[in-house]
Amino acid sequence: MAGHSTYVPKTAVGRWFESRLPIVGLIHSSFVVFPNPRNLNYLWTFGGILAFMLVAQIVTGITLAMHYTPHATMAFGSVEHIMRDVNYGWLIRYLHANGASMFFVAVYVHIFRGMYYGSYKAPREILWILGVIIFLLMMATAFMGYVLPWGQMSYWGATVITNLFSAFPVVGETIVTFLWGGYSVDNPTLNRFFSLHYLLPFMIAGVVVLHIWALHVPGSNNPAGIEKKTDKDTLPFHPYFTVKDALALVVFIMLYCWFVFYTPNFLGHADNYIEANPAVTPAHIVPEWYFLPFYAILRAIPDKLMGVLAMFGSIAVLAFLPWLDTSKVRSGSYRPMFRFFFWLFAVNAVILGWLGAKPADGLYVIASRICTAYYFGYFAILFILGFVEKPSKLPASIAESVLGRQGSAAAVGASAAAEPNTKG
Amino acid sequence: MKLAMLRTLAVAAGLAFAAPAFAAGETPVPPQNDWTFNGPFGRFDKTQLQRGFKVYKEVCAACHSMGLVSFRNLSQEGGPGFTAGQVKALAETYQIKDGPNDAGDMFERPGRAADRFPAPFPNKQAAAAANGGAYPPDLSVIAKARTYERGFPWFVFDMATTFQQQGVDYLVALLTGYEDAPAGVEVPAGKYYNKYFPGHIISMPNPLSDGAVEYPKTADGRPQAPETARQYAKDVAAFLMWAAEPHMEARKALGFKVLSFLLLFAGLLYFTKKKIWSRVESAAAH
Repeated sequence: MAGHSTYVPKTAVGRWFESRLPIVGLIHSSFVVFPNPRNLNYLWTFGGILAFMLVAQIVTGITLAMHYTPHATMAFGSVEHIMRDVNYGWLIRYLHANGASMFFVAVYVHIFRGMYYGSYKAPREILWILGVIIFLLMMATAFMGYVLPWGQMSYWGATVITNLFSAFPVVGETIVTFLWGGYSVDNPTLNRFFSLHYLLPFMIAGVVVLHIWALHVPGSNNPAGIEKKTDKDTLPFHPYFTVKDALALVVFIMLYCWFVFYTPNFLGHADNYIEANPAVTPAHIVPEWYFLPFYAILRAIPDKLMGVLAMFGSIAVLAFLPWLDTSKVRSGSYRPMFRFFFWLFAVNAVILGWLGAKPADGLYVIASRICTAYYFGYFAILFILGFVEKPSKLPASIAESVLGRQGSAAAVGASAAAEPNTKG
Repeated sequence: MKLAMLRTLAVAAGLAFAAPAFAAGETPVPPQNDWTFNGPFGRFDKTQLQRGFKVYKEVCAACHSMGLVSFRNLSQEGGPGFTAGQVKALAETYQIKDGPNDAGDMFERPGRAADRFPAPFPNKQAAAAANGGAYPPDLSVIAKARTYERGFPWFVFDMATTFQQQGVDYLVALLTGYEDAPAGVEVPAGKYYNKYFPGHIISMPNPLSDGAVEYPKTADGRPQAPETARQYAKDVAAFLMWAAEPHMEARKALGFKVLSFLLLFAGLLYFTKKKIWSRVESAAAH
């Protein structure tokens, strides 16, 4: 992925294998000697954390599927069977349920990091769009996963969200019937959601491979937002970034375990411990926390179809971010006006999340509309900012941004002495 | 960057506090109890669970099923701590419908430890018909299936304090929340007024009264705990919490081991990282 490999197998068997399938060389060039900008901060560890979470979800999920029964009359009981009778079933299920939330915590940090440091800008547009696709697949997977325990919130959440598709003219009703496999959310819905919930993570894994591939062509962006020029700007992936990623991962797992072991139901809904009942509607139908901002946008628009379009649009607009942001400067650290609007966008997203959990009436709706307007307005502001903003002075090199002018001069000087052809 | 963030946070806080006036409902917030199972080191009080089981068996079980719990669970680690012998004897006092046998007939046999708690009614419809049209919900996970809204900012602090007793606190409040309807509130025939029930009109009559359940005696001949409706409510709520989360003690105990290990591991990684990076971070100086 990172140009030609410098890997030389040490053994005869290794050489024999490498000349037939150069996979060890690929791993070596991608995750051992791969040159990363030396100034990456801890926000850049979330890619590795996300890879871990995907694997953790697949492993716990496959184990749960060995004990789970996808049937409308048995699903709820089989989840409780896992909680009570399967050895460490409670652990596996709580890891999986809280793992979904942690996956989204990590992906939101990852996305906001990309937005702050302009990681979506050329030449990383495809990398960014692949990320948006992963995000969409994650949302679909998480939504269908939440339906599987067949509690009240599973059932009614599925009913509300699948019904959204009925807003589309002409084909809407057909789509909904197709999603349900009948004329209401019922056993066929549960079965197809289980099937797709099992399939989608492997599609995510596939897109993740493309995402990493696209990453390794230009390499990581960095907090200074400038490209690497000399060897002094980079450090090999191993051991510098393997150890940094490992430290961040372990700290993240501690947060994950805190929820799993000490407050495992905090991120869920009490109503989902009531078995699904088509005859009784819960007082408040609320999606999981990670969908709340988008749910608030949906409800902010009085027209159903427009609301649905706004909700999908709020994610789709991210894919166009590389072209909506007109500034030549990547990193928010050198964009004073951008910084204000970025943080306002971040806080706005949190408020939207809070509003998504509130009833859709009175002041909440008005607040949702203001926040929705800013959510989309942010992208228009970004477009204009590129023309009016005066960025502050960029460092001459990545090395200079970390080591300071003198340090970098010394370092560059040293490298220039060693390699006369390198530009100073 | 910091200043801009603070400014936007201040705006957000202003918005958050400006809105809540109409969020307050008319149902009061259930008071919090001092449970032995609160917090990362919390454990169930075995004697309390045993008393709670007695209340459940003699009062609740007349109408409510508890279909996910087996007799054998009562002697499992982290539970009420009955002995296997006690559980076997208890199960045998029940007649369980089994079959069909080789002749194709259903038959009744004495219960075994592996049997689930038998339901008081053959089906939901029968249960509803015998209870004025309202189905008495299954109590297996009721302590996790009920809650009240914590609201901002409490729900944020709850992550750190691991507060998750909304359900069990609500159960105590509900069981002790029966009172005369305030003037102007019409209570339909066969319904009751409860301060903590959402909407206040509840189909379940006040189930607990002082002295209704006899508690085990201590050496000096006095009951282990006060034989009051309030104490019954707390004990049965604790029992229902255990029934909903029977592996809670194992979970918290394993959590402590896992987090201790991770903390140590993170510490070692921190110093390893520092050592490795010191090669390149000090390189600039010379």
